Amino acid sequence: MATVIAEPAIGRHARALDPVTNVNERLGRTSLGVTFPRVIRSEWVKLRSLQSNWVTMLSAAVVMIGVGALSAAFLSDTIAGGGDGFADTTDPTTTSLSGMMLAQIIVGIVGVLTITSEFANGMLRTTFAAVPKRLPVLWAKVVVVAGVTFAVMLPTMFATFFIGQVIIGGDLNASLSDDGVLRAVIGSAGYLTAIALLGLGLGSILRQAAGAIGTIFALLLIVPGLLGLVLPASIGDDTLKYLPSNAGQAVTWIGPTDGLLSPAAGSLVVLGWVAAFLGVAAVLLKRRDA
Amino acid sequence: MIIVDTITKSYGDKVAVDSLSFTVHPGVITGFLGPNGAGKSTTMRVIMGLDSPTSGHATVNGKSLADHRAPLHEVGALLEAKAIHPGRSAYDHLSALAATNGIPDRRVREVLDIVGLSSVAKKRAGAFSLGMGQRLGIAGALLGDPDTIILDEPVNGLDPEGIVWIRNLLKDLADQGRTVFVSSHLISEMGLMAEHLIVVGRGKLIADTSVDELRHMAVDDSVEVDTPDPPGLTRVLLGDGVAIDTTDRPHVLRVTGLPAATIGDRAFAAGIPLHSLIPREASLEEAFMRLTHDAVEYQPVAA
Repeated sequence: MATVIAEPAIGRHARALDPVTNVNERLGRTSLGVTFPRVIRSEWVKLRSLQSNWVTMLSAAVVMIGVGALSAAFLSDTIAGGGDGFADTTDPTTTSLSGMMLAQIIVGIVGVLTITSEFANGMLRTTFAAVPKRLPVLWAKVVVVAGVTFAVMLPTMFATFFIGQVIIGGDLNASLSDDGVLRAVIGSAGYLTAIALLGLGLGSILRQAAGAIGTIFALLLIVPGLLGLVLPASIGDDTLKYLPSNAGQAVTWIGPTDGLLSPAAGSLVVLGWVAAFLGVAAVLLKRRDA
Repeated sequence: MIIVDTITKSYGDKVAVDSLSFTVHPGVITGFLGPNGAGKSTTMRVIMGLDSPTSGHATVNGKSLADHRAPLHEVGALLEAKAIHPGRSAYDHLSALAATNGIPDRRVREVLDIVGLSSVAKKRAGAFSLGMGQRLGIAGALLGDPDTIILDEPVNGLDPEGIVWIRNLLKDLADQGRTVFVSSHLISEMGLMAEHLIVVGRGKLIADTSVDELRHMAVDDSVEVDTPDPPGLTRVLLGDGVAIDTTDRPHVLRVTGLPAATIGDRAFAAGIPLHSLIPREASLEEAFMRLTHDAVEYQPVAA
């Protein structure tokens, strides 16, 4: 929509500069200053004021619930058709959460765009002129992106789980009190939060959206399979489980856990990836010309 | 007050700014003038702490920007037009900026009023014209009621009314005792706006002078004389320190070294008719061209 707004006339306020003079006292020089909570508030205003952020975040929620419901219906049909032991190896919780594969890419994109859009239009320079120490801006983005992602994804995961279980129905469905179910449901929201931060870190390092989104896609969806094919099993078995997607599965997955880390170790490894990307992002953001 | 102290900034082996030093004082509008590619924007980014200089340093109001508690209250800058997310409204853009330094939202409404964007404050900035984008950028620069204002080519994209407006605005800000530093590649614009000029070319300081001094330098003391008798006039005018050149018009001579009045008097005394007698106008453009002649990055190469 390239509608151009009619240019408003610079009216009688054109020289209304008295406010500028007086505001000195009224703003209260002493109360002005950069603090971390203020930078967080600024980043919250930025994220909240872009409709695209909410559309994207909501589409991740819709994907989770929609794919979960479809998978659950498929599982339920298979069972009804007397599906030959299929249900034995397919966990109802994992089935209901099978939208993760796609949802992780979507929240990753939200994280990427949070910073690459500012590189693209020059807003980051304006921001850094207001917060010249720079790093508070990155950490405030971490707080806001993590907060919003988790706040949207946690209820989404519960909704996805319950809808899935209703569809699967009968004796086969899982309940929250079953072993590991609560961990998988909450862990899935946590994993998506981590991926959003991974996107933020990558976007900050690469400074443009296309490269960062491509890298997220490759890291989460292509690299695990590719390395599985290329590496000899002796090496692959010991290393592949440390990839972010596989480490995440240790937390979000219920079912056969061959070759996966323990849920606790998996969480730590995912956090380690996030810390590494954000650490590199912080060093580069501080050092490079904006 | 802005102090730029022997700043050098190179990108690889290309030197964008070369041992540049100057001081921008409060109370007057200081123009930052130079051809495109002279290093003006780079210098401004270094002052704003966005680019780190290869050597040297810059301070605003006595400190580098990062050492100020409330940077927006010290210096407001417009570095590029429409440095704003197209999907965000002008109000939200300024509100996010204000929040970082603890500036209340009523100040956001105030600066929107000052630049005349209140009526479109809730519209997506993507639909703004370049001129409106400039005005939004100026609103952002005024947000923290700063002592120092830095604007990079603020006149770009403004309509004539907008240009007059910004001239008056900057004049008022300077009159209030603020430091106002404005870049432009247009000497004519600076001649109308600024009192003092920092002129750069190829990253080096060429002149640090008042506009009046520059105008003075520009005075060319030649006079164009149109006469039906060029040889006769030449005879009565020739003397020490007087140069007479022919021009592309056969009856017109260019006389250097004599005031127009003397030329007229001598012609009258000798009975030589003059059809016109025109002292050449002082031109800031020419002074600027002369100053920057050697510094222009890409001189046309003679074939």
